[in-house]
Amino acid sequence: MRVPIDWLREYCDPSLGVSEVRERLTMSGTKVEAVHHHGVDAVERFVVGRVLEVAQHEKADRLKVCKVDLGGPGDVQPATIVCGAPNVAAGQSVAVARPGAVMPDGTQLQSAKLRGVVSEGMILSASELGLGEDGAGILVLDDLTLDAEFAPGAPLADLLPIATEVLELEITPNRPDCLGVYGVARELHAATGAPLSGAPWEQDPGSPGAVAGAQVTVDCPELCRRFTARVFGDVSIGPSPPWLAARLIAAGQRPINNVVDITNYVMLLTAQPMHAFDLDRVSGGRLVVRRARDGEQVRTLDGNTRTLDSQMVLIEDADGPTSIAGLMGGERSEVAPDTRRVLLEAATWDGPNIHRSSARLGLRSEASGRFEKGLQPEQCTHAQAVAAGLMLELCGARLLEGTIDEAWSPRPAQTLRLREARVRAILGVPVARSRQREILRALDFQCTDAEDGLDATVPALRRDDVTREIDLIEEVARIHGLEHIPATLPARRGAAGRLSREQRLRRAAEDALVGRGLYEIAGWSFCGPELLDRLRLPADDELRAVVRVANPLSEAQSLMRPTLLGSLLDAARHNVFHNGPRIALFESGTVFRQGDSPDGLADERHQLGAVLAGAIAPPSWRADGAEADFFAAKALLEALLGRLGVGFETQRSTRPFLHPGRSASVRGAHGADFGFVGELHPLVAQAWELPRAAAFSVDLGAVIEAAPDTVTFRPYPSVPSLRQDIAVILPDAVAAQQAIAAVRAAAGDVLESVTVFDVYEGEQVGEGRRSLALALSFRAAHETLSDEDIAPVRERIVAALEDLGGELRA
Amino acid sequence: MIERITELREAAEAQIAAAADAQELEELRVRHLGRRAPLPQLLRGVADLAPAERAAVGAAANQARQALQAQLQAREAQLQAQQLGTLLETDSVDVTLPGAPPQPVGRLHLLTAMRRELEDIFVGLGFTVLEGPEVETVHYNFDALNHSPTHPARAASDTFYVERAPNTDGARTREARSAAASQRAALPTSGEYPSDVVLRTHTSPMQVRAMEAHPPPLYVVIPGRTYRPDNDATHTPQFQQIEGLAVDEDITLGDLKGTLLAFARAVFGDAREVRLRPHFFPFTEPSVEVDVSCFQCGGSGHLRDGSRCPLCKGEGWLEILGAGEVDPNVYGYVPTTEANAPGYDPERVQGFAWGMGVERIAMLKHGVPDLRLFYDNDLRFLEQFG
Repeated sequence: MRVPIDWLREYCDPSLGVSEVRERLTMSGTKVEAVHHHGVDAVERFVVGRVLEVAQHEKADRLKVCKVDLGGPGDVQPATIVCGAPNVAAGQSVAVARPGAVMPDGTQLQSAKLRGVVSEGMILSASELGLGEDGAGILVLDDLTLDAEFAPGAPLADLLPIATEVLELEITPNRPDCLGVYGVARELHAATGAPLSGAPWEQDPGSPGAVAGAQVTVDCPELCRRFTARVFGDVSIGPSPPWLAARLIAAGQRPINNVVDITNYVMLLTAQPMHAFDLDRVSGGRLVVRRARDGEQVRTLDGNTRTLDSQMVLIEDADGPTSIAGLMGGERSEVAPDTRRVLLEAATWDGPNIHRSSARLGLRSEASGRFEKGLQPEQCTHAQAVAAGLMLELCGARLLEGTIDEAWSPRPAQTLRLREARVRAILGVPVARSRQREILRALDFQCTDAEDGLDATVPALRRDDVTREIDLIEEVARIHGLEHIPATLPARRGAAGRLSREQRLRRAAEDALVGRGLYEIAGWSFCGPELLDRLRLPADDELRAVVRVANPLSEAQSLMRPTLLGSLLDAARHNVFHNGPRIALFESGTVFRQGDSPDGLADERHQLGAVLAGAIAPPSWRADGAEADFFAAKALLEALLGRLGVGFETQRSTRPFLHPGRSASVRGAHGADFGFVGELHPLVAQAWELPRAAAFSVDLGAVIEAAPDTVTFRPYPSVPSLRQDIAVILPDAVAAQQAIAAVRAAAGDVLESVTVFDVYEGEQVGEGRRSLALALSFRAAHETLSDEDIAPVRERIVAALEDLGGELRA
Repeated sequence: MIERITELREAAEAQIAAAADAQELEELRVRHLGRRAPLPQLLRGVADLAPAERAAVGAAANQARQALQAQLQAREAQLQAQQLGTLLETDSVDVTLPGAPPQPVGRLHLLTAMRRELEDIFVGLGFTVLEGPEVETVHYNFDALNHSPTHPARAASDTFYVERAPNTDGARTREARSAAASQRAALPTSGEYPSDVVLRTHTSPMQVRAMEAHPPPLYVVIPGRTYRPDNDATHTPQFQQIEGLAVDEDITLGDLKGTLLAFARAVFGDAREVRLRPHFFPFTEPSVEVDVSCFQCGGSGHLRDGSRCPLCKGEGWLEILGAGEVDPNVYGYVPTTEANAPGYDPERVQGFAWGMGVERIAMLKHGVPDLRLFYDNDLRFLEQFG
């Protein structure tokens, strides 16, 4: 909200500079987002001038050369000013900008030669000064009803609001009372202690009771909590005076005519929006407030036809709808230049209802923004009082007897106990009871002493915001000043901060991959349905049981990702394109599947996934050049799970997005499903414009569950082990793991370890077969083993391998 | 006789010192200390000498032999060292070539690194780290956080709603839902929203979940992803927050200030100050926004050359988070059960809560100019942090 500071100072002037006002408002809860300079600059260059002579310019039909008295000592010659306005005349008092003056748009005025005549300044129009729309030409000060003498050379700023600082305020949603200048003035009063002038609505020229010739019926009091109206006769429509126009412009509104400007001015001052009807155009002189019918159409002021529903409220006369309540007036009853009778409406609408209608219809205005925050019915009275005074003053209007006042019954004020001890307990610092009383009174609460504190009666305008003791404590705290609150630490009884086991191991897993040179990405949790197709998932795939966003920003973000592969491949593609072909990325994050719990929560799991492409090692002057493949991904997975102390097995198995011959499922010791490892299906790689790529993904929750809680020392024997190698030719169908399992079973405990250290396929071993070289390590607990000791074990091993179709290699 | 020994010794010493290689040294050893060499022969002849001469000559000869042996060894070591030196001289590499094979550095994403840094700070302050669901119920995301039934944040323009999975529409579920619905029957706009499940718009729903699961005193932080339907230069539809919640019998606004001061100094430097500014949130009262003094200009608002500080835009303060004392109404949404007995009676417990944006803090601390860089995952970004 924009508040011209001069306007604010009219009600509360703390004799502080703009920066102090800004600081005090900000630190008491009304944040000043910015301070704008509005209007002219180099304000001393703007003065009153008296036009002494006006002569026709010799070389230009439309220009006049004026001699203008700009004051100063008696021997100073009048200034020569060239003026193009048709209405300039000798004897006028005018507004003059002298060279060096800075106009509202920021341009600086210079002496200029106009068709051979040097002009020592400029005679100004209202719009040039930011004081309203242009009339016939220059602004003639004598025509204004200003209570002042116009001495030549007098500072113009003393007469007209040609420059002001404007505060841009952030008003929190609990403070609709601060959506008007007077509400902000009360805050400034409380925050600085500077006196607050009486409310602008204290003088009300109006009277209660029925109004002749106008009637209002409210059919939906649940959505219209009050409807007030007054009628004015003999209204003459015209432009607003400069002081009023200047305030509207500074506050960000465009002056239109005196009646409309009055409604806007009253809103800016009191926060209560108003609407002016031309009563002669209200058919039947009667307004009805009712819910719209579903699908009912209304043509609004902007020329659009709007379709309403039964949650929306409209105002109609005998000829049908004239406006949408709180949002926009209708063309038919708009105030026009020939308007003579005006009905001024001030109503209280249901805030959430206006918010909804405004959002659904795409209609937002200064008025709807205020209504939706929830104004109080008392504010209607405030607005009517201020408006009536201005209508009489500025429009020559006559106020008809009475005030229409429908759908309202006063509510009693609430009184709340504020315990002194509670203030201290919440804030951590005491605030004297006298100070509490002072603060609450400044905020318009009535206070009486109570045994253990104060009884505070909540003013009407604050009744929605302040309903409990804690709300009073907030009032005390923010006005007393949060800077007085000491920085202490909690007692921390029973607080022992730590990470959970899962959090610690998750970090360890991520660090293991970082330590192996991978870069972590942060992908979108969203994905689109096309991801599922690009991953070649069949209709019944479990990953298709996705969580759907009901109101996504786009189709591409309409699902919650069921896998990390999408974001990993997106990042891989991005980086191949921008940074070269070598990819080593991982992500650690949540994936989602439809849950089956009654509360509708998803099945969320934390997964860790990686994607590799291009060379395993970064490019080097002596690189080995190996490309990332199934085994590169599996080696990483081994390191990752090894770091967590979790054993696993891979089994030939595939998923639609993986290369069917180069992929495996990853399972824990007891068959727990950890995830997958494999090369991407070539069609999937192609879909992301990637060359060969390998990936893995594991469910960290399942992995961490399998991790040992505490590692206990395992003694290692001091006797040396005996190492033997064995090479066996096996049919391709026998997996390495099968051979190893057979060796283990045959050897028993004396076999400490067995690993594959070479694989050979080729002519020497024949088609459909391969040679596995196994490194065997034997160890006994207390003795050094010899080849002879092991000979029987080795025989059993050989037999077991032969059972698998193996043949020992020479 | 003694003179003869001295002569032999001096001659041998000179030759050994001049020896050029190991072979020559071996020849000298044979020549001077070998079986037939004069000095050992002389020693062997000592027994034939007169007793008076015997001791002196024997000692001198022995001494000479030992000295020569020592000198031979020393000279041998010297020659070996020279030889190695020559060898190493020729065996040199271009030390300015890059290491090989190259070891990629590997990094955590900045958001992970930042989140961990924050977690560790709060763990140090006695907070335990909790996590919670990202798909959340309207109950925990809004209702239990004291949002009015018509609060604007509930609008579909401000919150992502999640479609109910068909398999949660079973009879049992319908009963539970109609019970919940009857509780909300008073709501003027129930049915206005697409569903009763959302993508959490903040980490705050874990406040009530945490209080349901644990008795007071409670000190927790909750990091995690959050979602809102905004997408522009200053908003991404997905972002990360860290929630803080401390509830005990006597946790004051001052304790909030002190805790956040400790946090601000840990993240932004020991010279930082924090200030609380009154604000409004539905689930805290009093509510504050928290600013930290600008670390680029030291809080003065201008740089050394007098120009306006570009980081805080001359304000001297940077807004970093929203916080406040937990609104008593929120405790009202925490049922007392066996798990959290004696429960959360607002007349008996009080505490504070905050929510901070991980991206915001990372941007401030590391000068990241655009939120979207976090989710582009470009290696040129990823390689810089973490």
